[in-house]
Amino acid sequence: MAVTTKTEERESKLIPWTGRLADVPWWALIILLLGALIVYFFLISPTYQDALLFLRAGVRLTIGVSLISFFLALILGLVLGLGRVSNNVVFYTISSVYVEVVRGIPILVLLIYFAYVVTPLALQFLNWLGTTMSGSLAIGPLVGLADRLADLSIQDVEMTVRAIVGLAFAYAAFEAEVFRAGIQSIQRGQMEAARSLGMGYFQGMRYIILPQAIRRVLPPLGNDFIAMLKDSSLISVLAVRELTHLGKLNRARTFRTFETWNTVAFLYLVLTLSLSVFVKLIERRMAYEE
Amino acid sequence: MKSSIVEPLPTDDDIIVIEHVYKSFGQVEAVIDANLTVKRGEVCFIFGPSGGGKSTLLRCINHLEKPDSGIIIVDGIPVSDAKTNIDLVRAEVGMVFQLFNLFPHLTALGNITIAQEKVRKRSKEEAERIARELLERVGMPEKADVYPDQLSGGQKQRVAMARALAMNPKIMLFDEPTSALDPEMIKEVLDVMLDLAKEGMTMVVVSHEMGFARAAADRMVFLEEGRIIEEATTEELFASPKEERTQIFLSHIL
Repeated sequence: MAVTTKTEERESKLIPWTGRLADVPWWALIILLLGALIVYFFLISPTYQDALLFLRAGVRLTIGVSLISFFLALILGLVLGLGRVSNNVVFYTISSVYVEVVRGIPILVLLIYFAYVVTPLALQFLNWLGTTMSGSLAIGPLVGLADRLADLSIQDVEMTVRAIVGLAFAYAAFEAEVFRAGIQSIQRGQMEAARSLGMGYFQGMRYIILPQAIRRVLPPLGNDFIAMLKDSSLISVLAVRELTHLGKLNRARTFRTFETWNTVAFLYLVLTLSLSVFVKLIERRMAYEE
Repeated sequence: MKSSIVEPLPTDDDIIVIEHVYKSFGQVEAVIDANLTVKRGEVCFIFGPSGGGKSTLLRCINHLEKPDSGIIIVDGIPVSDAKTNIDLVRAEVGMVFQLFNLFPHLTALGNITIAQEKVRKRSKEEAERIARELLERVGMPEKADVYPDQLSGGQKQRVAMARALAMNPKIMLFDEPTSALDPEMIKEVLDVMLDLAKEGMTMVVVSHEMGFARAAADRMVFLEEGRIIEEATTEELFASPKEERTQIFLSHIL
């Protein structure tokens, strides 16, 4: 090993300067340069500063919505992923139908569907449940609950909540497949060893398979989180005041199309790039030699 | 089951009873009408050509493979009975695999403690004390905090044995424990197995290590094309194998 390293070092001095130029990470330099340019514009231009101030709340909401939705998508996705590898026919079928259906519908359509179709239907059901309960079997503390359910109206469910739930349900299908792939990538012998020691299927999953599978799927999960942050711009059609929606409002308010969308795009980039650095850090912390 | 009337009923001494077990994978018949009993404290050595169904038969004992038909009784419990909680049986039957199957996300110590804590419900301290004793016994106390990928093949297999032994099993199953090892590491694994045999552990060993069989086995079983061809005491089988196919096989490998 030491010998080859020495040769390589010696050779590297012989590589012409054009060759060495090719090794410079130009992409990072260009991004940095563009970033510096935009920051410079922000500093000198009142228009940009005004846009930035106006969009600030949108950034906060975008981050909040993405975090909560992705957390929910992870939990639901894990359950569905376990269903996809389950020997239980019912569990497997429900999970598979969910994944195939939800994956096949555009996220924008899913969001609209959840907000304007599923939510009213769910509310009608809750109203019906409340009325039935107060009519017949409401006892003690259940009376309050029944009346509450009966009185719920569609205005009580904020658009932000509907958007979060919609995003979570949409992405759960993708995360389910990520978890399924991760679980199936673990050699069969691992579960056999766990079972041979007297662990049950779920113990084997929890203590042996999932800890390995989750480490393995961290990169795709990180990718999906970044993708979801970008897709959260779609909830602007539900008039949730996240970054893209505030961008539209800012343009309408100032008529500064160019500056507004420059700023919006820049803010998304800052979010996604810092996220990808963060994901890399987590991956490195969780990594272990196999 | 008319033959079981003729055969003597299993006594308390028979810790493993296998009766008329069949197992096929699609068109391939891996085990055909296997009958075998293993007594408490006995070392039973199963050998034969590759693909002959040795591993499948072994894996039927702790139900990693589900037999198509037949009866398997382990320590008085019928394992193929749907009402049997197979996890309870498996906790009493340790298994050592050809490819070790250590848990790569846990240290050597963690590999040995996890099932003690989650299955035997021992405290962390007790599990670790037992794990360290066992690592001492397999001759690698200094490797407690090392992850499997930093261990040699022989060390991995010794940790795997300690992992199985930590459950205080009544029976140990060995599925070609030295087949994946470099020659210089085979001895360190066989030495631990020899010690175990001397201590009176009931062992069922699938292997090609005839030296181990000669030194430790009480009984030998020759399996070919899914059938038990011959079953005899170790002395008998080495001195005068009855079946021609056993003789041919032995002449090839000895």
